[in-house]
Amino acid sequence: MSHSVSDVFLSFQEHLDSEQDFREEIRLAVRDLEQTARGILTLLQAIHQQAGINTIPEVCEKSKAQFATIREQYQVLKSKVPEGQYYRFHDHWRFVTQRLCFLVALTIYLEEERLVQREQVAEMLGLCIEQDKGFHLDLDDYLSGLLMLADELSRFAVNSVTAGNYSWPLKISAFVTEMNLGFRLLNLKNDNLRKKFDALKYDLKKVEEVVYDLSIRGLKPSGDADLMPKSG
Amino acid sequence: MTGEGRTHDKGHYNRGHDRGHDRGGHWSSRHKQRKPEDKRQADVDESLPVVKMFRAFQVELDDRYDRYERLVKLGRDVTIESKRIIFLLHRIIRDNQKDKILAEADQKLCELSMFTLREIATELRGQSYYLYLRAFSPGIQEYVEAVTYFHYIKDGHLVTLDEIHKALVYIEQAEEAESEMANEPASQSPPGKFSLEITPLDYMLGVADLTGELMRKCINAVGQGNLEEPFVLCRFLRDVYTGFLGFGNTAGREMSRKVWTLFQSVRKVENACYTIKVRGSEMPSHMLADMFSSPLPEKESPDCG
Repeated sequence: MSHSVSDVFLSFQEHLDSEQDFREEIRLAVRDLEQTARGILTLLQAIHQQAGINTIPEVCEKSKAQFATIREQYQVLKSKVPEGQYYRFHDHWRFVTQRLCFLVALTIYLEEERLVQREQVAEMLGLCIEQDKGFHLDLDDYLSGLLMLADELSRFAVNSVTAGNYSWPLKISAFVTEMNLGFRLLNLKNDNLRKKFDALKYDLKKVEEVVYDLSIRGLKPSGDADLMPKSG
Repeated sequence: MTGEGRTHDKGHYNRGHDRGHDRGGHWSSRHKQRKPEDKRQADVDESLPVVKMFRAFQVELDDRYDRYERLVKLGRDVTIESKRIIFLLHRIIRDNQKDKILAEADQKLCELSMFTLREIATELRGQSYYLYLRAFSPGIQEYVEAVTYFHYIKDGHLVTLDEIHKALVYIEQAEEAESEMANEPASQSPPGKFSLEITPLDYMLGVADLTGELMRKCINAVGQGNLEEPFVLCRFLRDVYTGFLGFGNTAGREMSRKVWTLFQSVRKVENACYTIKVRGSEMPSHMLADMFSSPLPEKESPDCG
C-alpha cells in the first residue's frame, strides 16, 4: 500500500520539477522579448515630441528594423514551449505579446493609416495565426493590442495639435470610429478584453473633442481629410 | 422527490440535443435583449474591410466562448454525479452490502466516463486543452476523488493516474467518423481513438480531497463499532500527508490550501485512534461512538505561514 502511495508522489514530484524547468526557461526568453519591446516603445514615443512628428517615416523604419530581433526572440520562446501546451504557459508571454501587437499596429498605422490585419501582425512577429500549428498569435492578444493602439492614438491626436499638425486628429477620429464599429460586433464576455474595450469609448470621446475644438476655431484643414495625402 | 433522480437522468441522455438548441436559441435571444439584431445589422456597413475582419473575429470568439460554456456545464454535471457516487460509497456499513454498493458505484462511474466525460473529451478534440482547462477542472478533481475513493474501498490502495486514464479512452463512433471524414478525407479509415487527459495537478488535488472522505469514513467506522479500520486509515492518511509535505510551496496556492485541510483531517483521525487506544478497554464501543460526536479540542492551531 505504502509502496503505491510513494510512487504516486514521486512521479508528481518529477512532474513539478519539469514544470519548474519549463517555466524558468520560458521566463528567460520572455524577458529578452520584453527588453526589445521596451526599446521599440521608447523609439516610438518620439512621435509625441514637438520635433518628432516630422520624423515619423524614419521612426517607423527604425521600429520595423527592431522587429527582426523580436522574430528571433519569438523563435527562441517557441522552442521552449512544449507542443500542445501553449495555453498552459500563456500567461508568461500574454502581456508582452499584447504590447508587441500594439507596437506593430502603431507602426503600420503611422505609415499606412490603416488597421493592421492579424495575419500581418503575426508575420511581423514571426508567428502564425492557426491554433493547431503550435505557437501562434492569440486572438485575444491581438485585439488587446488594437485597444492599446486606440489609447495611444487619442494621446497622439492631442499632441499633434500641440505640435501644429491639424490633419492627424481628423484621420485618427475616422480610424478610431471605424475600430469602435468593429469591436461592437464582438460578443465579449466579462473578462480582461471586455474591460479594455469599455475604455475605448473614452478614447473615441477624447479624439472627437479634439476634432470639435479644431472645427469651431476654423483650424480644420480644408477639403476632405480622408482624401488628403499625408501632410507632414 | 422521487422524480428528481429521473429528470436528472433524462437530461443526461438528452444533452446532445439540448446543446444545439442552447447555442441557437438561448444565446441569441440574450443578445437580442441587449441589442436588437436587425437594428444592429442596419447600422453596420458590411462592405467596410474592418467590418469584414471583425465578423471573422466574432465567429471565432463566439465559438470559443460557447465551447467554454458547454464545458462548464459538463464539468458541473461531472461534479454532481461524482458527489452522488461518494455519498453512495459512504453508505457501506456492513460487509454484506459492500459488494452490492460497490457494483452500483462501479456502474455509475462507468456511465459517467461513457457519457459526460466522453462528451468533454469530444468537445476538446483538436482544441487546445489548457485553454479550456479551467472550465472543467473542478469536475475532474471531483471525479478523481470518486474514482480513488471507490478503488480504495475496493482494493485498499491508491489508484494511479495511468489507471484512471485507462477508463477515459474512447473509440470514435461511426457517425462521428463520418463527419471527420468529410473534413479530411482518407486520413483515418479505422475508427480513431481519443481520450480525456487529466493533468497531474488535477489528479493530486483530487487525491487531497480523497483524504477528507477517508477521514469521514474513519469517524463513521468508529460509530459503527469497527475499531480496526481507523488504524488502517490513519496509516494511509499519514503516508499521503507525508507525501504532500514534500511538495512545499512549489505546487501552487490551491495545493497549499488543500494540504492544510488535509493536515486537520490527519489530526482528527489520529485523535480518534488515540481515544480508541486509551479508552477502548474501559468502555463499550457504543459509548465510544459518542466521544466523537462532540467536537475535538483544537487547542493548538499551529500557525502555518
